[in-house]
Amino acid sequence: MGEAMSLGHGTEAALITDVVFWAIAVSTIIAAIAVVQLNDLFRAALFLIVSFLGVAAMFVLLRAEFLAAVQVLIYVGAISVLIIFAILMTRDVEEGSPSNRIRVPAGVAAALFAAMAIFVAVSTEWNILDAAIDSGAVPVALANGIVDVFENTVPRIATLLVRDFVLAFEVASVLLLAAVIGALALVRGR
Amino acid sequence: MCGEATGGILDFCTVYRFLDVFPGWLESIVVLDGLASWLAYALAGFFLAFLVINTVVMATALNTWFERRMLARFQARLGPNRWGPYGLLQPLADVAKLITKEDTVPDAADRPVFNIAPIAFLAPTLLVVAVIPFGENSFLGKLNVGILFIVGVTSLNTLAIFMGGWASRNKYAMLGAMRGVAMLISYEVPMALAITGVLLLGGSLALSSIVEAQQVPFLLVQPLGFLVFLAAASAEMSRTPFDQIEAESELGAGYHTEYSGMKFAIFQLAEFMAPIITALILVTLYLSGAKAVGPIPGQLMFVGKVVIVVFGMLWVRATWPRLRVDQIMGLAWKGLFGLALVNLFVVAIEVQVFRDLNGVVSTQELWVMAGINWMVTAGALVLFANILGQRKLRRPEPVPSPLANMSAEAD
Repeated sequence: MGEAMSLGHGTEAALITDVVFWAIAVSTIIAAIAVVQLNDLFRAALFLIVSFLGVAAMFVLLRAEFLAAVQVLIYVGAISVLIIFAILMTRDVEEGSPSNRIRVPAGVAAALFAAMAIFVAVSTEWNILDAAIDSGAVPVALANGIVDVFENTVPRIATLLVRDFVLAFEVASVLLLAAVIGALALVRGR
Repeated sequence: MCGEATGGILDFCTVYRFLDVFPGWLESIVVLDGLASWLAYALAGFFLAFLVINTVVMATALNTWFERRMLARFQARLGPNRWGPYGLLQPLADVAKLITKEDTVPDAADRPVFNIAPIAFLAPTLLVVAVIPFGENSFLGKLNVGILFIVGVTSLNTLAIFMGGWASRNKYAMLGAMRGVAMLISYEVPMALAITGVLLLGGSLALSSIVEAQQVPFLLVQPLGFLVFLAAASAEMSRTPFDQIEAESELGAGYHTEYSGMKFAIFQLAEFMAPIITALILVTLYLSGAKAVGPIPGQLMFVGKVVIVVFGMLWVRATWPRLRVDQIMGLAWKGLFGLALVNLFVVAIEVQVFRDLNGVVSTQELWVMAGINWMVTAGALVLFANILGQRKLRRPEPVPSPLANMSAEAD
């Protein structure tokens, strides 16, 4: 039953999944650290892209293909290009930004946030699907339904976004439109 | 070993079915049955990826010859015809020349970025091949979000161009890269919108489903979307009507001015591969992909259509002059963007009207849509041409050359 859901079954599959997970996780985090630590802004932006790609790979590992593709399309394809454009407008690209007095409070805030994220990750009861299917805790019919959701992610997301929660969706797009118009107004004002 | 098809990231069962296309000598793969199944999967995957990638690279080598010969024909020249019959071995000579060339790196260059850029340019181009269905059961990976994957992966090219231009520390390379990035991200918008029209009609993001849905090739159903996609895709691969990135007469060689040897060869490889990759996507999206027609197998149809499309794009390259920078950006945002929106709007309404309860549009209704859409296309094109036409384009006042004054003063 779990066949369609995972790379395979048994210890080998779990081992491979583990290896892939750790490879992605470690390279993503190293890239993220490099973004903050490197002085050369351009290289920092490139490492930011590496960490975006790592997150996309993590989505693939979680079988969220749609999210992974959108992550690459939006973050890597669009946002990072904009960041690089912004970097070009900056002087002293290779000097980077010198540290300032916010350093200590920022460190405290980051530590607090990390602690909260770890707390949430540890204390949440995750529903591990494969385990539940294997142990028989999930009935076969329901498991089939879940497999169907994973295989047809896009229609499901579409139904939720533009039918069930269409108001929130439209409000978000109005916000974006306002941002675009605002940016244009700022530029044209001069 | 391989039962019914499963979903997931990579449908390896499909890989095995692809292997079944070549019976006999591939029976040896079956020996792997004894090994752990994932090893067999991995081996089959590596083998197929090797096969497909090398096919594409070889096709690219052939394409360099084809393109040079054809361009020569268009320009009433002979083209490379010395080595091999009709000059067919010319790509080999080119490769030998490029490998033996000195590999220079500018002193001021950002070395790691400079070295990674060619790889970052080639890799996304090759990745596209992973999801293209070459036949009903012949594809490397069956991705539920295939077309999104393609759009996302091809946008990585922009970054590679930027890396190359920036790392070279050369003003021409930098200018080429900046022009290129501005152009590439602009043309991604109409391209994505044109693709959305196909998705609406195909009802899926998976390329195989899109091919299946094309009872009538979408070229006939959505001519406007096809034109927009064709123009945007030619811009994305930055060939002659849109070659602002290289613009030999203005920028040296653009973002790869400083590259030589193998790195330059890799850039050239990716650049000559681009028309083939674009043709693969175009045939899949608009020309009913690898659908078999009568006794002709789908794979053969696919290759035939790809060759025709590659030739068509070469024709465009040979006959159109390069656009100016402002014209290019204007075409993307004022022309193609609007046309793509018109196409999307019309197709969305038609799909809403014509689809049955299962969301499927029947063949007959596809023909009706084709009829309506051709009229819409003609109307939209005439309208946009009148709005944006040559009459409206204000050319900058010509500035008299200082040299002219000098000669006047000398008199």
